[in-house]
Amino acid sequence: MTELTPVLTDIWDAEQSWKLATYAARGGYSALDTAFAMSPDAVIAAVKDSGLRGRGGAGFPTGMKWSFIPQDNPKPKYLVVNADESEPGTCKDIPLMMGNPHVLVEGVILSSYAIRANKAFIYIRGEVVHVIRRVQAAVAEAYAAGHLGQDIHGSGYDLDIVVHAGAGAYICGEETALLEGLEGRRGQPRLRPPFPAVAGLYASPTVINNVESIASVPAIVKNGAAWFGSMGTEKSKGHGIFSLSGHVERPGQYEAPLGITLRELLDLAGGVRAGHQLKFWTPGGSSTPLLTAEHLDVPLDFEGVGAAGSMLGTRALQIFDETVCVVRAVLRWTEFYKHESCGKCTPCREGTWWLVQALTRLENGQGTEADLDQLLDQCDNILGRSFCALGDGATSPVSSSIQHFRDEYLAHLSHGGCPFDPAKSTAWAGQEVSA
Amino acid sequence: MSTEPISAKTLAELREIAARYPEPRSGLLPMLHLVQSAQGRITPEGIEACAAILEISAAEVSGVATFYTMYKRHGVGDYHVGVCTNTLCAVMGGDAIFERLKEHLEIGNDEVAVQRQGDSRTVSLEHIECNAACDFAPVMMVNWEFMDNQTPDSAVQVVEALRAGHEVSSTRGPRLCTWREAERVLAGFPDGRVDEGPSAGPASLAGLEIARERGWSAPEPPSAPAVSAATDGGER
Repeated sequence: MTELTPVLTDIWDAEQSWKLATYAARGGYSALDTAFAMSPDAVIAAVKDSGLRGRGGAGFPTGMKWSFIPQDNPKPKYLVVNADESEPGTCKDIPLMMGNPHVLVEGVILSSYAIRANKAFIYIRGEVVHVIRRVQAAVAEAYAAGHLGQDIHGSGYDLDIVVHAGAGAYICGEETALLEGLEGRRGQPRLRPPFPAVAGLYASPTVINNVESIASVPAIVKNGAAWFGSMGTEKSKGHGIFSLSGHVERPGQYEAPLGITLRELLDLAGGVRAGHQLKFWTPGGSSTPLLTAEHLDVPLDFEGVGAAGSMLGTRALQIFDETVCVVRAVLRWTEFYKHESCGKCTPCREGTWWLVQALTRLENGQGTEADLDQLLDQCDNILGRSFCALGDGATSPVSSSIQHFRDEYLAHLSHGGCPFDPAKSTAWAGQEVSA
Repeated sequence: MSTEPISAKTLAELREIAARYPEPRSGLLPMLHLVQSAQGRITPEGIEACAAILEISAAEVSGVATFYTMYKRHGVGDYHVGVCTNTLCAVMGGDAIFERLKEHLEIGNDEVAVQRQGDSRTVSLEHIECNAACDFAPVMMVNWEFMDNQTPDSAVQVVEALRAGHEVSSTRGPRLCTWREAERVLAGFPDGRVDEGPSAGPASLAGLEIARERGWSAPEPPSAPAVSAATDGGER
């Protein structure tokens, strides 16, 4: 049995956990002096040694990303925190910033010191006002306490943080689109290379990291790389927040070592809702191919989920039981991708539109079996053909659902429509006194 | 809709936002939030004001304002209600909640309900994409504050309480302010409500509670600072 390992979530049940006093009473901001006694390169080395990999989905080694910043480039360096959490199913960074904003601020200071940035930005999606309040206040408290500003702790190191609210665009979770948004433009991805490490914000060297990645840094600096590496698996080290949602008895946030399985998590969460069985699930948001009950024992680390044909992504475990129509689920995600496609690249802009047309027909029981092959063909024409991964993500639920549930698509045709009753899937199904 | 002109105070605040950034144009997103707070929507006057301050064309500002879904070129209610109808929330009941609210308010998507006699406040309705609260599904947002674990009945109760002018609180946040007041926070001007509401909602604490019950915690940190010990070399 894998045990839970609360690190970032450990303070969430404390009274006023978002206040600096609460955070400092638990040793908060003590990693700053540890880091300032080290060279910036030594901080990068510690993060590299820890094995921390990006927690925003892609899993790129964080310390390596930092080491790509060309220190001989005379331009200012920038750290940008990606707090645009919008991938369907993903709901870890929002409660983290709500309950423990100071661990993010401390992580920003340490990470900025390591890459030698004197200005950092936290780009938070706009649709979470209270989270923005908490982060704004944490930054203000950190300034007042001398953890930000000029000559922090007498180290000679200066840092300013700007909290920036987005305005509603899933695409801004893509790092170069986020930079466009932060430069006051339409959020459309940039062609790479150049990568942001070389030419990012204002064409200057820029590191962009997910909230949870940056928030993991203080404990690594304080407790050491070996401590972090004692959790997790060989190539996927450390703790991560796993978000269980949907048809599960106890949905919520479970911070565990990478490599825990869905079977173990479901055991902790009381199982799939009573009287029902697991039908399909996403390991890391809607852009990661669907898995089924066959995959309950897959280790939830980057390698394990990859070997099972999907991606660890953001550990957004959306659980769907047998009452859910997979075609309905996939159509709705596809409508989302169509709506959120920024329109820059034709295969994604047009392709997501066509996917919606074909899936709508199938969900309504129209069309023919040949439409399934056409859907897969459309996916082929989208996947890998655009600047960013939005279009790629859009194909994941479509192709994986046809792979695992081809018969269910066909049942729509033979049934002349959707054979499922959506009322049976709701949170209150079976609890109504009267209809 | 009548809109008051942009005040000198708002113009000064727009300049203040631009000055937070190494390059002023970076302030455009929060500046547009402030325009919405001041004028209730993105107005031609607001677009011109941003363009003048940033020394870019009104067309460039318009291009940005039309890209992001939170910017509204038509008015919204005092309380803007968003129902998540992305897959997970839709399946858990979001579709039913959205249908019930449309019927109850007698409006379609992205419309403002009629202010009835006796209503002291207005509400508008929109279906929204995933708002990162899936463990509280089905989720509704009011002025971008969380209203977790809704049902069609509870959603109707919320909108009726709002129209009547009663004080309503987020299920894990503060007392709800108006949409225009919320937009001001997004522009970077805090409203003093930060300490309202809990640290975390019940679902957020699910794993932590189990860890507490079973006495689980992360591994003990080494007693000596590990990083300096590692570089020490030490006894060999």
